[in-house]
Amino acid sequence: MICNYATLGVTTPLELLVSCGPTQKAEVEETLKRIQSHKGVIGTIVVNAEGIPIRTTLDNSTTVQYAGLLHQLSMKAKSTVRDIDPQNDLTFLRIRSKKHEIMVAPDKEYLLIVIQNPSE
Amino acid sequence: MPTKQRQNVAAVGQIPKPNVLKPSKAASKKKDDDDSTDVGDGVEEWTQAKTLIKPRDQLELTEAELNEEFTRILTANNPHAPQNIVRYSFKERAYKAVSMVEQLAVHFSLDGNLLHKDSDEARRQKLRMGGLEGPTHIDSPAAEPADNMETEEHPGTPVPAAGDEGADGEDAPKLKERKLTNQFNFSERASQSLNNPLRERACQTEPPPREVFSASANQWEIYDAYVEELKKQQKLKEKPKAPASKKEEETPSRRRMGATESQSDDISKLAKSCKIMERMVNQNSFDDVTQDFKYFEDPADEFRGQEGTLMPLWKFQQEQAKGLAVTALCWNPNYKDLFAVAHGSYDFMKQNRGLVLFYSLKNPSFPEYLFSADSGVMCLDLHRDHPYLVAAGFYDGNVAIYNLKADTPQPSFISSAKSGKHTDPVWQVKWQRDDMDNNPNFFSVSSDGRVVSWTLVKDELVHSDVIKLSFSGTTASGPEGLRLHIHGSGTAFDFHWQTEYLYLVGTEEGNIHKCSKAYSSKFLDTYEAHSMAVDTVRWNPFHPKVFISCSSDWTVKIWQHDVKSPMFVFDLSAPVADVAWAPYSSTVFAAVTVDGKVHVFDLSVNKYEALCQQPVVAKKKTKLTHVEFNPVYPILIVGDDRGYVTSLKLSPNLRKMPKEKKGQEAQKGPEVEVAKLDKLLALVREPDIQQGETESPTHRAEY
Repeated sequence: MICNYATLGVTTPLELLVSCGPTQKAEVEETLKRIQSHKGVIGTIVVNAEGIPIRTTLDNSTTVQYAGLLHQLSMKAKSTVRDIDPQNDLTFLRIRSKKHEIMVAPDKEYLLIVIQNPSE
Repeated sequence: MPTKQRQNVAAVGQIPKPNVLKPSKAASKKKDDDDSTDVGDGVEEWTQAKTLIKPRDQLELTEAELNEEFTRILTANNPHAPQNIVRYSFKERAYKAVSMVEQLAVHFSLDGNLLHKDSDEARRQKLRMGGLEGPTHIDSPAAEPADNMETEEHPGTPVPAAGDEGADGEDAPKLKERKLTNQFNFSERASQSLNNPLRERACQTEPPPREVFSASANQWEIYDAYVEELKKQQKLKEKPKAPASKKEEETPSRRRMGATESQSDDISKLAKSCKIMERMVNQNSFDDVTQDFKYFEDPADEFRGQEGTLMPLWKFQQEQAKGLAVTALCWNPNYKDLFAVAHGSYDFMKQNRGLVLFYSLKNPSFPEYLFSADSGVMCLDLHRDHPYLVAAGFYDGNVAIYNLKADTPQPSFISSAKSGKHTDPVWQVKWQRDDMDNNPNFFSVSSDGRVVSWTLVKDELVHSDVIKLSFSGTTASGPEGLRLHIHGSGTAFDFHWQTEYLYLVGTEEGNIHKCSKAYSSKFLDTYEAHSMAVDTVRWNPFHPKVFISCSSDWTVKIWQHDVKSPMFVFDLSAPVADVAWAPYSSTVFAAVTVDGKVHVFDLSVNKYEALCQQPVVAKKKTKLTHVEFNPVYPILIVGDDRGYVTSLKLSPNLRKMPKEKKGQEAQKGPEVEVAKLDKLLALVREPDIQQGETESPTHRAEY
């Protein structure tokens, strides 16, 4: 992963260090915790690039199902957006259903999926 | 069967020259043993004949005649064919020469016919010939083997016949000179060698490893590849320029360090999506508030006359800020949804710590940035051009600059006792335009009576005193003849947005000084404005001459800076903590009082009373401390002494523009706003000039 960064020059090393810093990490943990404790939030799942959930607050089978399906869907959405304009990119995907809202924030390597019941 | 028939056919063909048959029969036997030697002899004869024999009647020719060459050409043309055939052409109605002439000449033709030997005719023919041929052909025992041979060498049959003739021919000139023989003696011989036996040999290697690779390239993948390539090329271009190759060697090791750290738990890469997600989750749960913020216009306003209301929207609170009063509010000039809150304490007895928080309307539940300080933060200001620079003043007299871009909880720059910090709480800080060297600089005012200019030069805060306030400009005499210099203490200031050197300083004793940055010892003017400490002074954002002030003496006053007495005075029946002009109208301002009420005035609608007077805090004891209008949206934020910040939406009546006159387009712009305020000022100025002939009801305190 990092080799990629080095060769592609996507990030300068300083930025990399900052983004990997302990404060940042703690901050992300905090934010995830806050999101999970927010009103109406049912579950939070972090999925890696291969579609494998690496962190979840839901039970196993639900997590696997959500991760697999939403990974595919967001990849498709991303490629739709980028096919239309390669300079564009998908930043957020929200699906409003009868029961809840599924929100997907795609990052370079991870997908953050949050399922919320907005009417709660 | 076919052989017999052949024989018959041959017999038929040979009918006219039966004499030929005999020698052939005799020769056939001879041919069997020496058909090869025969040919060999012939060849020899041929070579000998060249040298020896000369006919007797041969013409004697000279050498020259012998060497003479006669060229003859064999053509396929018939010499006897006519060259001059003409035919009549009906098309052209003339005789035309025929170009194509038949060149074929037939010298001999013989028609033969085949008979089946069992047919009657054949039998008759047999009978007819029977006498002649019968015994030789059928009965001779020598003929039988010949027949057999013929069946065996079927394709070769003509050859022995020719051989016979050849043999006859060769013999002929020697022995009998009977006839000219066939010169073209020809025989075909063939033999077949053994074929090499076929042999098959094969071996099998292990198959090379195979891998199925498939991918589809689409437009954006190609685009990404190009962008990458471009970056690579740019890097290559930069490389030769960079002399510090050592540095580059160092960086990979650092990178690797980062790599190991991140690989252990690279959750930190989610920082951005986490932030987005938190906002979305908040947006969902505060959906109704967001809708109200954007779209709700109170329909009741139409029936309420002039009055308006404030609708509470989000409430911002933070665990750490509990019990800390809001001491300053400031909107970010760039991001209209972001504002900074300073937390400290106004209570002399309860000073402990301070906070600087940044909230976004998009995420009311948690601040975007959080800086904590050991001392209460009493004021802050965001730089107009570099909104990431935050100047803050502390209760202990220090000033500091926080940089939002630097990811540290500590201030980037802070003053110290050595570098001229204030000795009393800093009540207000204000960024100025960058100086001539493009260094950011700001002013601060404190209870110690100094107004200080701070300039950020490289990594240092450089200070210079701009003015020192003195109490009534005199010194008081203390007991036993000691002369005490009693300094004044500033509590608020504001800089003119048009005349750069001009600024106002409000003091604890209630005076407001009009000062210039150019003179550090003298005030341009002093207004005896209030009987208690001035809490806020602010220039009107449209009218260059007008400013507003508020004080704990329950009043809000509007001034024209070239008139010593106030233009308007409003008594709000409670200490006024803060006042702010609206950014959309020159005549609208809001004030907050410590009894928890927000007062919104529009002078163009009502010069005497507030359009809205609304308590916005739940508990009676809570005091409001500050108010600020959003520069774009019709909302204002108020802070209280418990650490809460409430956002309020102004109802339509509070932001009503002057009515359009019929046939005229609605005028807009700063000129209109200035004129609007000027008109109002003229109304109150007139009695002032006529020395109180008719006293304005708003104009009471001074007389």
